[in-house]
Amino acid sequence: MADPVLSIRDLSVEIPTRHGIVRPVDGVSYDIAVGEILGVVGESGAGKSMAGNAVIGLLNPPAHISKGEIWLNGKRIDHLTGDAMRRLRGKEIGMVFQDPLTSLNPLLRIGDQLTETMLTHLPISRSEAEKRAVAALEEVGIPGAAERVNSYPHEFSGGMRQRVVIALALCAEPSLIIADEPTTALDVSVQAQIIALLRRLCRDRGTAVMLITHDMGVIAEATDRVAVMYAGRLAELGPVRDVLTHPQHPYTHGLMASTPLASQGKSRLHQIPGAMPRLDAVPDGCAFNPRCPHATDKCRQSPVPRVSNGQAACWYPLVEEKVI
Amino acid sequence: MSDVPIPVKPKSRLRIALDSDLYYTFRRSPVAMVSAAVVLLLVLSAVFAPLIAPTNPFNPASLNLMNGFTAPMTPNAFTGESFLLGTDDQGRDVFSTILYGMRISLFVGVAAVFFAMVLGITLGLISGYVGGWTETIIMRTADVQLTFPSILVAMLIFGIAKGVTPVEYRDQMAIWVLILAIGLSDWVQFARVVRGATLVEKNKEYVQAARLIGRTSGAIMLRHILPNVLSPVLVIATISLALAIIAEATLSFLGVGAPPTQPSLGTLIRIGQGFLFSGEWWILLFPAVTLLALALSVNLLGDWLRDALNPRLR
Amino acid sequence: MLAYIIQRVGQSALVLLIVGLVAFSMFRFVGDPIDNMLGQERTAEDIDRLRAQLGLDQPFVVQYYKFLEGAVQGNFGVSYRQGRPVAEILLERAPATLELAMVSGVLAILFGIALGVFTAIRRDGVLANVIMSASLLGVSLPTFLIGILLIYLFSVELGWLPSFGRGETVDLGGWSTGFLTESGLKALILPSITLGLYQMTLIMRLVRSEMLEVLRQDYIRFARARGLRDRAVNFRHALKNTMVPVITVIGLQLGAIIAFAIITETVFQWPGVGLLFINAIQFVDIPVMAAYLMLISVMFVGINLLVDILYFFIDPRLRADRSGGH
Repeated sequence: MADPVLSIRDLSVEIPTRHGIVRPVDGVSYDIAVGEILGVVGESGAGKSMAGNAVIGLLNPPAHISKGEIWLNGKRIDHLTGDAMRRLRGKEIGMVFQDPLTSLNPLLRIGDQLTETMLTHLPISRSEAEKRAVAALEEVGIPGAAERVNSYPHEFSGGMRQRVVIALALCAEPSLIIADEPTTALDVSVQAQIIALLRRLCRDRGTAVMLITHDMGVIAEATDRVAVMYAGRLAELGPVRDVLTHPQHPYTHGLMASTPLASQGKSRLHQIPGAMPRLDAVPDGCAFNPRCPHATDKCRQSPVPRVSNGQAACWYPLVEEKVI
Repeated sequence: MSDVPIPVKPKSRLRIALDSDLYYTFRRSPVAMVSAAVVLLLVLSAVFAPLIAPTNPFNPASLNLMNGFTAPMTPNAFTGESFLLGTDDQGRDVFSTILYGMRISLFVGVAAVFFAMVLGITLGLISGYVGGWTETIIMRTADVQLTFPSILVAMLIFGIAKGVTPVEYRDQMAIWVLILAIGLSDWVQFARVVRGATLVEKNKEYVQAARLIGRTSGAIMLRHILPNVLSPVLVIATISLALAIIAEATLSFLGVGAPPTQPSLGTLIRIGQGFLFSGEWWILLFPAVTLLALALSVNLLGDWLRDALNPRLR
Repeated sequence: MLAYIIQRVGQSALVLLIVGLVAFSMFRFVGDPIDNMLGQERTAEDIDRLRAQLGLDQPFVVQYYKFLEGAVQGNFGVSYRQGRPVAEILLERAPATLELAMVSGVLAILFGIALGVFTAIRRDGVLANVIMSASLLGVSLPTFLIGILLIYLFSVELGWLPSFGRGETVDLGGWSTGFLTESGLKALILPSITLGLYQMTLIMRLVRSEMLEVLRQDYIRFARARGLRDRAVNFRHALKNTMVPVITVIGLQLGAIIAFAIITETVFQWPGVGLLFINAIQFVDIPVMAAYLMLISVMFVGINLLVDILYFFIDPRLRADRSGGH
């Protein structure tokens, strides 16, 4: 079997703060295969974006990788800095941010922003880059691409802008895309379009995608496998259908039960009592234990087993409880 | 797990202050601590000048012209008296003149900023809360005034005031006119900030609640809105103080400020410049260094305060 | 866009009228307007003629209008102290101030922007921190103190540069320039450093803080995420976006230079309009004060207007506001 495009092994990111060391990513491991879309889901503050930032090497100091390895296409990249890392960005790893309005430089035409990205990474001429820029806009569904290529970002609507952002992320032909909440800032009507676009483009090119979101609907729609994160740790990892219909981790179960879609027919939305702990106050043992209805002393004291594909990070994974 | 909350002793206000982020940042910044120390030192010496200064340089009776032009810490050729920082052309002890001069500099600076603050906050509150024509007039005036550098405005006000004051009173009034001039040139930034904050607070629920129970506009502005707009005002005030001190020094140096009969540090520097080429460097240097220390420390403190209170930089 | 320009021009005109009003009030109510216009050598006919001309018994507005009329024609009255028409004195001394302002301005802008960019990009470097600390001095030190210190060092101790005056000047058809003589150029050095230093420090700190703010933005992050080179990120993206708000401030600062010249001219006894103004205040020479005020206002308001219009052309977002987004 081919190497996975991305392989994160026991990755930890630490941030020293006034209150102690905070670990937004704590011993996380997962792979993403060629052409696969992995969803990374969790609440705000669960650390899912941090993992993405670590992969692309854009952690804001003093956040740093304290442990673990990151492998891209069979080569180790977590120790790379400076120009070596820069060359990977855009060319091997593309990133899509949440807010399309602030992602684009308001003073530059989008055609220029596209051509400069391509010229930085691809050995092509300027005129070739300009042609490809128009083609890229067409591919993401911008009507009248040949004229719009000379427009400024503010002349586009929100959905169109995100398409432009996707075009920019893909134009240097990376093998991995990290999409950090790509639809959160968009109107609901537009969200589905963007997700569909992302899926189609990545399937066509065989690009792997790390799709980070807190929206279970997006996960259900668009991903092949899903990683559930809680308090910086990986709670569950597996094929999306399995995880959503037969969640093994009580947290995932709680998430699914509290999703309106999943609770069709029930009179009240299920609520997980309590709240996710602050990253500087993570409980001993299993991070979820204060809120878990099945918690035992073992859960409160011993560190939980690491996730492996198909097995949740829980001493007592749920079996046979069908949720939807 | 028990559900009964354990009673916790409420923190004293001092404890709250010491635990606050602000104090923490203060302790970690050597620059802030040193500047604060310097400012404190200078302010205290100015306030207690009559107790610290070896002589009162502005009491003509105590002056001996023969003491003039004595170098620092060297005995005078005629009288044998020794002065820590030397004497000027009139035989005044430079150390004392600096202490008394600092009093004037600080007094004018603080009074001017206070005046600007009160005026600016009042106008800002009114224009933000009342709106309409009042707001337009106040803010337009502010805009017009802001087109010009404040020092120019201050000079102008001083010139006009001087023009309308009878000659005999000019020296006496100079200090007050100076305060008026610098204060009037500085109110705008306070007004703007307070107006902005008032506009934000105006629509919040607690204000609407107060209105509902029948509190008057004045009471609402003073008791509810004002406490919430004080934080940025504090930062501006500190920086304004530094600017006011420099403005006063500049105006006095130019001869349109504190007169030689009630000299501030600026006036002293003006006097000192005249002796630069003839070799009595101390008449210039010590007032200059004092002014530098004062302005620099207040500036640094203001800078630090602004960074510490800026939520975005944390 | 036309509407915007018209609005700004209207505002500017209003400001000028207000300033004119202040100047007029000074003229009319502080001191004797007859004295202000005629000086001390005058005849009874002169007084009568002027009385009628000024319309001193006419309504305020009429007098104000006549005053403005005179001003626009260049008649600012007669200097109380010098007995000469104010306009003549101003014209005579303007080149000195303008040359000084020009040189200082260029110095301030060049060094200010360069240092600002440098300290923003190399934010944690040793040199950057040294420069920033030094800049604090530049902002805290009053201009006159800088001038005096420079005089002390370069004139008194080292004797390299003159401590007052303009040196020799060459008359080019009414404009006396100091650029063409060695002594003129030498005399320019200390004053222009003094005048320009404060502006340079301000510009540097402004450019730095704006650039740091820009560098924090998402689009810079996205540019880095696309693997663009540092040079491209810093200059093509960040600098461009930094300059937009900075340009307006720089423009305004340049106006301020002419006003701050007052201080530098006093320190160096530079024979420009600034020194003239200070002397006028000391002697309560109202006509000169009023004239200087009006000229400075025209200059400030004019620069503000130009800068606003310029801003309009630089930022494409402002243009689009009128036509509506898509």
